[in-house]
Amino acid sequence: MTTATIDAPAQPSTPSGGLGSRLHWLASDTVTLTRRNLLAVTRIPEALFFSTVQPIMFVLLFRYVFGGAINTGTDYVNYLMPGIFVQTVAFGAVSTSIGLAEDLQKGLIERFRALPMSRGAVLLGRTTADLIRNIFTIIIMTVVGILVGFRPTTGVLAYLAAVGLILLFAYALSWGFAVIGLTAPNSETAQVMSFPLLFPLTFVSSAFVPVASMPSWLQGFATYQPVSVTVSACRSLMIGAQAANTGHPTSYWVVQTLAWTAVLLIALIPLAIHRYRTRT
Amino acid sequence: MTIAIEVADLQKTFSGKRTVRALDGVSFAVESGTVFGLLGPNGSGKTTAVRVLTTILQADGGRASVLGHDVRKEAALVRSLIGLAGQYAAVDENLTGRENLRMVGNLNHLERSFVAARAQELLDQFNLADAADRPLKTYSGGMRRRLDLAAALVARPTVLFLDEPTTGLDPQSRNDLWEVIEGLVGDGTTVLLTTQYLEEADRLASTLAVIDKGRVIAEGTPTSMKASLGATVLEVGLHSIDDARRTGAILDALGPHQALVSGTLVEVTVDDGPRAAMAGLRNLDAESITPATFNLREPSLDDVFLSLTGHRTEDTTPGNDAEDGAKRSRRRRKRIEEVEDALPIATGELA
Repeated sequence: MTTATIDAPAQPSTPSGGLGSRLHWLASDTVTLTRRNLLAVTRIPEALFFSTVQPIMFVLLFRYVFGGAINTGTDYVNYLMPGIFVQTVAFGAVSTSIGLAEDLQKGLIERFRALPMSRGAVLLGRTTADLIRNIFTIIIMTVVGILVGFRPTTGVLAYLAAVGLILLFAYALSWGFAVIGLTAPNSETAQVMSFPLLFPLTFVSSAFVPVASMPSWLQGFATYQPVSVTVSACRSLMIGAQAANTGHPTSYWVVQTLAWTAVLLIALIPLAIHRYRTRT
Repeated sequence: MTIAIEVADLQKTFSGKRTVRALDGVSFAVESGTVFGLLGPNGSGKTTAVRVLTTILQADGGRASVLGHDVRKEAALVRSLIGLAGQYAAVDENLTGRENLRMVGNLNHLERSFVAARAQELLDQFNLADAADRPLKTYSGGMRRRLDLAAALVARPTVLFLDEPTTGLDPQSRNDLWEVIEGLVGDGTTVLLTTQYLEEADRLASTLAVIDKGRVIAEGTPTSMKASLGATVLEVGLHSIDDARRTGAILDALGPHQALVSGTLVEVTVDDGPRAAMAGLRNLDAESITPATFNLREPSLDDVFLSLTGHRTEDTTPGNDAEDGAKRSRRRRKRIEEVEDALPIATGELA
């Protein structure tokens, strides 16, 4: 039996190149899918609008309703806003899991798997798009913060450093939520699976209240879990270690934030890739 | 002859809550430049076979190759030669038609300038130019399927896989899509088509394989298959079981196929529909039997199955390809729609 010989279609490259060309296509495919994911965000402006409504409600709630009863030893709005930033990106990471679960559910990933594209680009494109969305979210929340009286005291560079830490931490979280999205049978379940994780992480933390006000058995977790560590680092960077009043210098929290981020990335990226490969 | 797709003794078992043997030794070969129809009910293994051939899924055993390249060992190369469209290979709802085609072109690593021109060409060809810059959410079911097919064609694949391309579509859209697919074959593309509709396989495919429970149970041309089956099905509903039994005997006499009595319904496949209908009615009248309903219809996949396996297609769906529940309910919904589609055609005519 003979095999058909074929006229090659207009393909500038076969996917069997060396490492250099594979990295080139990984980058190129990631750009293509990042753009696709961001386009989808702009096509559903309601979703973008409502994703900022919830954090704004939290700002108003804590600033004007609960804040008066919380004693932090510093102006509460300055204490609150770094916590809000981290909480917002943590909640926002749910969209990574929903997005991937939807792509699986609707059959898009099925199509991607049959294309000669880089395998890693689906996950990289998703997490990169969420990173870019977070930049937008933080800009909006900074404006909201300033409107309700938030006054960072340490200068632009320290503020930008804090934002950089938040984005890095959020990126690591995205990979965790990617694992959830690739595990859940559908996007609704992905969302439901995410909240039992998010609530303890964002509320049993130093984001809204001083850890010292919690029972002593809870304080260890509430101080050193990743959300708290990132909040403490950002609060120290944004309003100064003195006002943040954690009993530690800024560098103490920055190093811990970087360590947590590295640990999460090292653990979660291979896990997400494994889930992507084995999910049929 | 040259072979474009070759499958030998393909095996795939899904072990989940329930172990399902989706492919139980499937073998077939597709000649290059032809349309090959894989005909079977839900859960027969059609989609699993396509997923193995398109490198999405790895088989447990057996061999599969596309244009002489092993789908497992040379998966990357195979992906650059094939196109996939169908029920699960979706397009992005939030993007426009043009953006979808460009995305697929870019992910195929084609030149940007080629992708832009090719996208426009396909949009024109598939009558989607007016809707090109609208998000897919605004497309009708038929438009979406056409775009899905266009997306599969962006890289000018040599071999095209169409997994139930018209399931759930209304008759008009189905007809439009068939015309598009017929056009492709003229260009020399090899097409593997899976379908539940005998009519679709009959119209598009030059060779057919009927698949059931992960095995090929019959192979041949649509003509030879229909010849063995009879061209038309005569369906008579009666007022009582006793009438049905007597009618069964009367219709049996029409020959050459045996009538099937189930409850108050009698079905028989006949070669010359109108003649058999007239003879049947005359004989019923002579016996003073008045039917409650009287229909002539095209033989369905169900009839093919009945004659090949002795059981109806509904009996053969224990695992539904072991796909997850969401997909299953989606399929079931489609099946209901399709039954509803068929209703106005089945009734009427001989009132």
